[in-house]
Amino acid sequence: MPTLIDRRGPSRRAVLGGIGAAGALMVSGAAVLNPREAWGLEVSALKPETMRTLIVMARDIYPHDRVPDRFYAIAVKPYEAAAAKDPATKTLIEDGVVTLDTLAKARHGTAYADLGWEDQRVAVLRQIEGGAFFEKVRSGLVVGLYNQEEVWPIFGYEGSSADKGGYIDRGFNDLAWL
Amino acid sequence: MSAPFDLNDDSVVVIVGSGAGGGTLGTELALKGIKVVILEAGQRHNMEDFINNEWDSFAQLAWTDMRTTSGSWRVHKNFPNLPAWIVKAVGGSSVHWAGASLRLQEHEFKTHSTYGGLEGANLLDWPITLKELEPWYAKAEDRMGVTRTNGIPGLPGNNNFKVFEAGAKKIGYKEVSTGRMAINSEPRADRGSCQQIGFCFQGCKSGAKWSTLIAEIPRGEATGNLEVRPQSMVQKIEHDASGKATGVVYVDKDGKTQRQKARIVAVAGNSIESPRLLLNSASNMFPDGLANSSGQVGRNYMRHMTGSVYAVFDKPVHMYRGTTMAGIVRDEAGFDTKRGFVGGYELETLSLGLPFMAAFLDPGGWGRSFTSAMDGYVNMAGLWIVGEDMPQETNRVTLNTSVKDQYGLPVADVHFDDHANDVAMRDHAYRQGTAMYEAVGAVRAMPTPPYPSTHNLGTNRMSEKPRDGVVNKHGQTHDVPNLFVSDGSQFTTGGAENPTLTIVALALRQADFIAGEMSKKTI
Ligand SMILES: Cc1cc2nc3c(=O)[nH]c(=O)nc-3n(C[C@H](O)[C@H](O)[C@H](O)COP(=O)(O)OP(=O)(O)OC[C@H]3O[C@@H](n4cnc5c(N)ncnc54)[C@H](O)[C@@H]3O)c2cc1C
Ligand code: SF4
Repeated sequence: MPTLIDRRGPSRRAVLGGIGAAGALMVSGAAVLNPREAWGLEVSALKPETMRTLIVMARDIYPHDRVPDRFYAIAVKPYEAAAAKDPATKTLIEDGVVTLDTLAKARHGTAYADLGWEDQRVAVLRQIEGGAFFEKVRSGLVVGLYNQEEVWPIFGYEGSSADKGGYIDRGFNDLAWL
Repeated sequence: MSAPFDLNDDSVVVIVGSGAGGGTLGTELALKGIKVVILEAGQRHNMEDFINNEWDSFAQLAWTDMRTTSGSWRVHKNFPNLPAWIVKAVGGSSVHWAGASLRLQEHEFKTHSTYGGLEGANLLDWPITLKELEPWYAKAEDRMGVTRTNGIPGLPGNNNFKVFEAGAKKIGYKEVSTGRMAINSEPRADRGSCQQIGFCFQGCKSGAKWSTLIAEIPRGEATGNLEVRPQSMVQKIEHDASGKATGVVYVDKDGKTQRQKARIVAVAGNSIESPRLLLNSASNMFPDGLANSSGQVGRNYMRHMTGSVYAVFDKPVHMYRGTTMAGIVRDEAGFDTKRGFVGGYELETLSLGLPFMAAFLDPGGWGRSFTSAMDGYVNMAGLWIVGEDMPQETNRVTLNTSVKDQYGLPVADVHFDDHANDVAMRDHAYRQGTAMYEAVGAVRAMPTPPYPSTHNLGTNRMSEKPRDGVVNKHGQTHDVPNLFVSDGSQFTTGGAENPTLTIVALALRQADFIAGEMSKKTI
């Protein structure tokens, strides 16, 4: 578990995210919590609700049912530091989330992250696809999500190999089903 | 050991770039007793320092100095500042390369005569023939230790090859093998055999793969005639009042501008930087850039017709295990217009690790269509398509004067549009690749668009007549007798084959020519 996402249980003040995608993700004070996976992520530059929305959005853009929320959280966590450093980034993200929620409410009367079906949320994302906010989040995920070494085993990718002597004795030609 | 030469030593041959072309030329000249200084923009890494991690390795090796793009190619949309995936380091892209080493076919040296006039294509016959190049191909194959030549056995097939081979045979292909690879299948030339590490693109950590970094340059240095100066970015080639090259201006590792004098200058910066350097060397005498009286410098940029097919099966493949590109189908490489296009293509095994797969499978793609494919990663097999693309005058490298690099020089803009022939060939190859995999049970096949260019060719083309191109049959510029081009930018046309064996063969041949002319005192 990465150090900046600390394990902690839900506090009494935790606000439940409702029935939507964010169901497992709660906002408590200045943190986003995931009690099921036992982690929390504190934010100060971004609103905690914004971080929660980013995590939901990350999964909606690259949905892998076998990948736990924490990897999506790790992938979007750098926006907290970026927002703290750069006001333009902060505005892009906070405004982007406001737009997303406005569009979601116009369609369904509910904030984006609280929409119950992935299809509903994806339809909202399609409306902002290609825009600066969407592209920033999506392109950041390509490296932020898929380059996490802890994610690789979920996909069956074995990573570095020279240190293990290559695959010469570890199955480079072990395929037998043909 | 490595000889340090004086900046004012005007008897040296200065080579710009230490990759497949420059590193080979420099070493061969040094072996012939000629003094050589190679100026290389990138750093020098050791084999042990290479990293088995795609993005970290990219950060270590890739050329990421500013470049811009234009045109209708998808790379412009998805990777606007990364037209090419090539290396900035000692060894150049021979550090990245996969090792596939094929000779061009006879008719590919004569495309104008063979294919005839094709609208929009600037076809031209090479000023040399296969026959003339054959001895140099043989020398290059021996030098690089190419499998299936010189009695060297082929590499064993990995899992990705097994699927590829079975599919190819099912649909009737005959010429299927683990190919001709400059990767040791058994120990040779003081280098060990392939350990099936699977990170060939990231710089082979076992030394089984030929590169100028490990297999050429150290040999050249051992003669005492070769000095390689890393982190030396050449800015300009200078000339005297008679129009002869006199040396180069470069920025050294400490950021200081230096001037290295030279008897001969050879440019081998790969097909984007080489024309950029010639264009940036414009002077009163050569207002359109050095060696550009034909106006062809930077034009006819080729990148091979490429694409990939990845297919998901219902059982594991683990395609990333083992040699990345040891697998080829050659049945489509010939000339046969019944298929609806001129030229041919090869199908070669290819795998990407999970991080690069995410970036390149469908750049910009998202949602379940994309992620369900990624979920099938462990069950995936993959192949790469490489075919002859048509040279077009409008596909070109120009100076983008509104964007400057860290030295304040205009960057290269790379403009590219597919020719209709390229599109027809790619569609055919996508269909064939898909059919191969479906024949052995693929549940889903994905025609994947071309990556940023790994094969960059043609921007200083060879021509018989000075008005048609930049260099003659020896890579000597038509305009400046002691200025040479020694990399893939010399290619008159691209052929269907991976280019490096030809680059090396041309460099060996050029070394012979330069040595001969030097002793005759003509240059
Ligand atoms: C991932 C990958 C896989 C490949 N696989 C194959 C394969 O299997 N088979 C095959 O045939 N080919 C393959 N290639 C292509 C092959 O690498 C190139 O064709 C070959 O290396 C080109 O040689 P070159 O001498 O033209 O340029 P390079 O090898 O790229 O060398 C150019 C060098 O010049 C330096 N340079 C540029 N400008 C300057 C300057 N102004 N001053 C100083 N130095 C400068 C650069 O830093 C670089 O080191 C592959 C390429 C890649 C990227
Ligand atoms: S598979 Fe072979 S050539 Fe490729 S990196 Fe490994 S040892 Fe080197």
